[in-house]
Amino acid sequence: MQAFTRLDAKIAPLPLANIDTDQIIPKQFLKTVEREGLGRGLFYDFRFDENGNEKNDFVLNRPEYKGAGVLVAGDNFGCGSSREHAPWALMDFGINCVISTSFADIFYNNCFQNGLLPVVLSAEQVQDLMEEAKGGNHMVTVDLQAQTVVSPSGKTFAFEIDAARKEKMLNGLDAIGETLQAAASIDVYEGKRAISQPWLERA
Amino acid sequence: MVGKTLYDKIWDAHVVEEQDGESILYIDLHLIHEVTTPQAFAGLRANHRPVRRPDRTLAVADHNIPTEGQAKGVAAVADEEARLQLQTLERNVKDNGIEFFPMGDVRNGIVHVVGPEQGRTQPGMTIVCGDSHTSTHGAFGALAHGIGTSEVEHVLATQTLRQTKAKNLRVTVDGTLAPGVGAKDIALAIIGKIGTAGGTGYVIEYAGEAIRALSMEGRMTLCNLTIEGGARAGLVAPDQTTYDYMLGRPAAPKGGAWEMALSYWKTLYSDDDAVFDREIVIDGSTIAPLVTWGTSPEDVIAVTDVAPDPDSFATPDKRASAARALEYMGLQAGQPITEAKIDVVFIGSCTNSRIEDLRQAAQVVQHAFVNGKLVAEHVRALVVPGSGLVKAQAEEEGLDAIFKAAGFDWREPGCSMCLGMNPDRLAPGERCASTSNRNFEGRQGRGGRTHLMSPAMAAAAAIAGHIADVRDFM
Repeated sequence: MQAFTRLDAKIAPLPLANIDTDQIIPKQFLKTVEREGLGRGLFYDFRFDENGNEKNDFVLNRPEYKGAGVLVAGDNFGCGSSREHAPWALMDFGINCVISTSFADIFYNNCFQNGLLPVVLSAEQVQDLMEEAKGGNHMVTVDLQAQTVVSPSGKTFAFEIDAARKEKMLNGLDAIGETLQAAASIDVYEGKRAISQPWLERA
Repeated sequence: MVGKTLYDKIWDAHVVEEQDGESILYIDLHLIHEVTTPQAFAGLRANHRPVRRPDRTLAVADHNIPTEGQAKGVAAVADEEARLQLQTLERNVKDNGIEFFPMGDVRNGIVHVVGPEQGRTQPGMTIVCGDSHTSTHGAFGALAHGIGTSEVEHVLATQTLRQTKAKNLRVTVDGTLAPGVGAKDIALAIIGKIGTAGGTGYVIEYAGEAIRALSMEGRMTLCNLTIEGGARAGLVAPDQTTYDYMLGRPAAPKGGAWEMALSYWKTLYSDDDAVFDREIVIDGSTIAPLVTWGTSPEDVIAVTDVAPDPDSFATPDKRASAARALEYMGLQAGQPITEAKIDVVFIGSCTNSRIEDLRQAAQVVQHAFVNGKLVAEHVRALVVPGSGLVKAQAEEEGLDAIFKAAGFDWREPGCSMCLGMNPDRLAPGERCASTSNRNFEGRQGRGGRTHLMSPAMAAAAAIAGHIADVRDFM
């Protein structure tokens, strides 16, 4: 997994609630057997019309937001399908942090598997950032070590994050490698279970 | 000592150890399919890691497959990318010794129909799959939820998942459901009430008289839609209905093992003194047949109601989303929802493609048929059974004949038009009465308009040619 420490980047506002993973990366892009290259499908129906032409009014197509690295969006970002293609597409497009008032559970988990930082702020703070992002200056700083977002006008918003997840994200740790260190415990668990619940071995 | 909830009990029974503030949770059953696994197997190969328990893993092909001509095999799948993904799964399961029900095998079908049908899904298990609707298996009192591809790789390599525990939410549905109202309506009523983020951070246990009265198929529909309310998983404590369903299934315990399993399953309930972090109580007798009007599963109204006014929503982003949804759906605020003319009817998906769902739809169709009514002239209607075995059962009961006589297309099993990854999809602007689970923009095809409803309601819409109240078809 890619480590996330600190990010200085443009922030793009997407003031809609319930942005689902079908919108983040539509189904036609899920047929790939690769992780790479999904940025082309990110927000496809928002970015392109039926004929494949860019829609000029969509925020990520506007020149002032080109190269945005942070997205600020409405409630319940990433709801719906479990497709990890959603964080892969965001990151491939260059977005390494999403800020919202809430995230759907599976999407939130998937972010931490890849080094995409999901930041939860209060409704007021999200609204504030949304407004500032629409202004002339779009630069924000997201600092995971300090657990802060510094807005374009210099306001500092602190955010909460699970300590174990923070540590893994800062160091880009491989979760499978970590768990395999507990292989002996898994062996013991399986041994006990084969005796106490033998029917599960054949289910 | 304070009592435990059902979720607490299953959780505690599966913790292998705690590591860095996370629990390593043992996974009893891992279901896999073609779309969310290629990158996971590639990751294992790159790191020279074997699959720890191929025998605890079962593979099906469901998302991409066409629902016609399956006997011709994967080589005949027209979509090149879909074909490659299906072939990649075939290779991966073969290389790793994982049991696989390929396309065309009578046991194949939608992963969340197959697991229960085969008796693989059992009470007290932990079950994961790279698909959000894995919550379906909670109907058996199993802790089941969707995971991403990195976690699929993690489970393949370790047979465990790193998790932090969710909170406990109990939803009690009391009373008796009115005629024409079923599990789908209960689920939509709950999502309409709590919202699509209402369950975030929780595992929901469903309780109450109306839940106990549901069949296993109904409980699966309810638990399936739990993810649409944002909760990690849904649970129904196992009872006689569960055991009756399980008995004799291919992978269910047999003989002495059955008795041993049964005595364990009977311990799987929330203790009387268990404490839930949150409780919601709904009077089941007040639920009407429901439909969605918008592009989120929380956009729920009674079939007798009108499309809402965006100004009636509380926050600016909800108002913006509602206005956008009405425009996308081609509806006016205040318009009766029964005025919405339907182009397509889809009866299928992991939510509603089981034998009971098909029986309920067929009953409405047959009732109309004997009164001289068929599928409306302008409507394209599909029935897609959830598995080869559901299809065979329905054909044995003559349900296919009823559907076909009325003008429905009777298809082969698969995810089909629920997500339009295969040839079944909506054209831009087409309006669909759908028994699936998501009415998101573009879900069933770019520009397609989805109204979620029960199988009986979808059947009524097919006959009427517009959204209709199933109670007028009984």
